[in-house]
Amino acid sequence: MHELSVCQALVTQVIEIAQENSAREVLMITLHIGPLSGVEPALLVSAFPLAAAGTLAASAQLVIESQPLRVHCQTCGADTEATANRLLCGICGDYHTQLISGDELLLANLELMT
Amino acid sequence: MCDSCGCNVTPGNKHLAYKPVKNGASAVSVLKKLLAHNDDQAAHNRTHFDARSILTINLMSSPGSGKTALLEATIDALKDEFRLAVIEGDLETENDAARIRARGVPAYQITTGSACHLDAHMVHEALHYLDLSGVDILFIENVGNLVCPASFDLGQHRNVTLLSVTEGDDKPAKYPVMFRAADAVILSKVDLLPVLDDFDPARAEHCLRQLASTVPLLPLSARKEQGMAAWYHWLRQELAAQRARVQDGATVKPHLQPEGVRLHAHAGV
Ligand SMILES: Nc1nc2c(ncn2[C@@H]2O[C@H](COP(=O)(O)OP(=O)(O)OP(=O)(O)O)[C@@H](O)[C@H]2O)c(=O)[nH]1
Ligand SMILES: [Mg+2]
Ligand SMILES: [Zn+2]
Ligand SMILES: [Zn+2]
Ligand SMILES: [Zn+2]
Ligand SMILES: [Zn+2]
Repeated sequence: MHELSVCQALVTQVIEIAQENSAREVLMITLHIGPLSGVEPALLVSAFPLAAAGTLAASAQLVIESQPLRVHCQTCGADTEATANRLLCGICGDYHTQLISGDELLLANLELMT
Repeated sequence: MCDSCGCNVTPGNKHLAYKPVKNGASAVSVLKKLLAHNDDQAAHNRTHFDARSILTINLMSSPGSGKTALLEATIDALKDEFRLAVIEGDLETENDAARIRARGVPAYQITTGSACHLDAHMVHEALHYLDLSGVDILFIENVGNLVCPASFDLGQHRNVTLLSVTEGDDKPAKYPVMFRAADAVILSKVDLLPVLDDFDPARAEHCLRQLASTVPLLPLSARKEQGMAAWYHWLRQELAAQRARVQDGATVKPHLQPEGVRLHAHAGV
């Protein structure tokens, strides 16, 4: 699965930031992941130890904050909740909507031991 | 083994496996895309394409939905009109690249990397082996997989996702990330529709529109040459648009609701 590739990219970034901050260890990594990010949080969590082994992040805690799915309607202007395979306006039902939250795949913050 | 890979950590004992926060810990706020390195490489690839005025199209689908067959038919129809080149992501065999070369079009087979998707670094590597001079359209046939390829920008300008009528008509509902990423969706192998009683094209379109996708849905058969004119028309339009952008010093990524990105809570990240 591509979650291992994603984890390797994550660890590379985390180590870069840890080194910039002269950290001795990475304690906690917080990610923001939306349901439309294309990444399965559970698979990410199980791939993480493999990608982080032998690095400053080897024993870091990986915290995933899932993000709500919300769309903005171009027709009536409402912002409403949606689901991954039904991204219609919750008020008028139109499909001319734009995603305003829910596709995040972000490294949000780190807790470092310096 | 289990000490290093962590597979013995369960939700129940997880709290024991991690150290509590000690003094001397500091928090760093980052807000960076996880795949930022891939995205940087993809942007670099895009500058290579734009420098040569090339339109690059990433083809994605389940295994066997007809990506290579579509390329073969497209080559036969357009090779006198445009110069084409292909990067093949079939990681296991040289078969697809051989099928393309048999039609007189240069093809490079990516043979390294993880087997479920292409990434921007693999594509950059491939560019060293392909002669891109004079090329008008570069196709990248991604690995047959409806999940992983959608997460990795390769530097392409447009994504095309194929859905064959031998798959379920609810595929867009099951794989929303992939179908949302498409700039055009091709309904392939429609010559088989008369013998299939459980695929309803209207239902496939309904599932696609439920994803707030307004992109064209092109029903076609590469084998029986049905509906191909609309696909060629789309390609010509996209190539003209790419050339106009290059004139203006502009570029474009697969569209994925640019307005949505602007409205996004993390805009600019
Ligand atoms: N009836 C019919 N069969 C088709 C059509 N296009 C492709 N096929 C058949 O579908 C099978 C797979 O086609 P390919 O073009 O190899 O599919 P692909 O998406 O490139 O497959 P992978 O690279 O393995 O993921 C082959 O047996 C083709 O002959 C079509 O338009 N009609
Ligand atoms: Mg193929
Ligand atoms: Zn994968
Ligand atoms: Zn509305
Ligand atoms: Zn183990
Ligand atoms: Zn380069």
